[in-house]
Amino acid sequence: MPGMAESDVHTRITALPELVNADARLLRRGRYLTTTFLVELDDVQYLVRVVEGRIASVERGPFLMRPWSFAVRASADAWRRFWEPVPAPGYHDLFAMKKLGVARVEGDLVPLMANLRYVTDVLAAPRRRGA
Amino acid sequence: MADLEPRAPLEPIVGRYVRLDLAGRPHRVYFEEAGQGIPLVCLHTAGADGRQFRHLMNDEAVTGAYRVIAFDMPWHGKSLPPAGWQDEEYRLTTAGYVDLILTFCRALGLERPVVLGCSIGGKIVLELARLHPERFRALIGLESAAYQAPWYDDTGWLHRPDVHGGEVCGALMSGLIAPQSPEETRWDTLWGYMQGGPGVFKGDLYCYREDGDFRDRVGRIDTSRCPLYLLTGEYDFSCTPDDTRWTADRIPGARLTIMTEIGHFPMSENPGQFRKYLLPVLDEIRLLTR
Repeated sequence: MPGMAESDVHTRITALPELVNADARLLRRGRYLTTTFLVELDDVQYLVRVVEGRIASVERGPFLMRPWSFAVRASADAWRRFWEPVPAPGYHDLFAMKKLGVARVEGDLVPLMANLRYVTDVLAAPRRRGA
Repeated sequence: MADLEPRAPLEPIVGRYVRLDLAGRPHRVYFEEAGQGIPLVCLHTAGADGRQFRHLMNDEAVTGAYRVIAFDMPWHGKSLPPAGWQDEEYRLTTAGYVDLILTFCRALGLERPVVLGCSIGGKIVLELARLHPERFRALIGLESAAYQAPWYDDTGWLHRPDVHGGEVCGALMSGLIAPQSPEETRWDTLWGYMQGGPGVFKGDLYCYREDGDFRDRVGRIDTSRCPLYLLTGEYDFSCTPDDTRWTADRIPGARLTIMTEIGHFPMSENPGQFRKYLLPVLDEIRLLTR
């Protein structure tokens, strides 16, 4: 995957609905979460709409005035490393990337922290793809 | 008697309670042990309990030469909080933790045990090395450093009514486990965190974060009085290999090992990988120290 093209990185985010909605374990884990959160790859924004654990939609920006609860921002390169089948130390976890200084978490953190396992598993779901 | 014989495999681990006086208050502390030989007292991570050492206690390569003992800290596992706990906020201090370890070892009559601790247990080992080297045969710090930069700045997330404490503690800790660690032991490790009492993990982190900056002290550790081994997993971003390296660089004679394919919970997240690093250390301690 080191040779993964940048467009492939974006494809991984847009594949979230099929990855998550086909996973009964994830749906169960996220069944109390309904929210819209923002994922940023470089300066490209995606709004991920979650309804009771299902990914209802993933929309690509740019957006002008759209609400979201929390945002997870990282470079496309960081996401690419995060989604490697066996990520290197520092790129294996969202908070690891945050501590490394390559990811940021912002906004209303309550829905994130109350559903942390679900959200981190959703964000890591593309890792399984192409592994 | 035949009826009393076990019909299924019994593990060698046995558990008991010991009554300890800590900070002037009576405590009932649970501990487990297995094996015979040199006492090896094991200190669990913050917010967890002694079950993290079950694989070590079931490993004959360890228990053949070591009496492995792990207690649950008060407020953790099967050790209840002291009477009156409902009206106070639990907060572990460095001095209180050192006192707990010394009191426990004295109560069991352990003569110069080896102490192996992980995370806050690894950190407190540095204080044991500095303050009480003559009381220990050797000290082993896992995921241990004089200081670690925090990776979330509000431990309040660990104890508040609108976020489930067990769920968020487990979820936060999941990232500290190496991707290579087996599913079963990964989730075993997280279960321990999910079971912690309200505010207990947060209270432990007081010792780790607010009361645990030892950067001005570790240089005074004299390893000629007590050998010190520091082992850290490459995937641990809470106590990073660089944090431990910084610490080892300031302690002449400290033995540093960076463990591959391991995170913050070596003994419980991937016991098979961890023993490759630990067994040589235990052999060396057995052969070189008296």
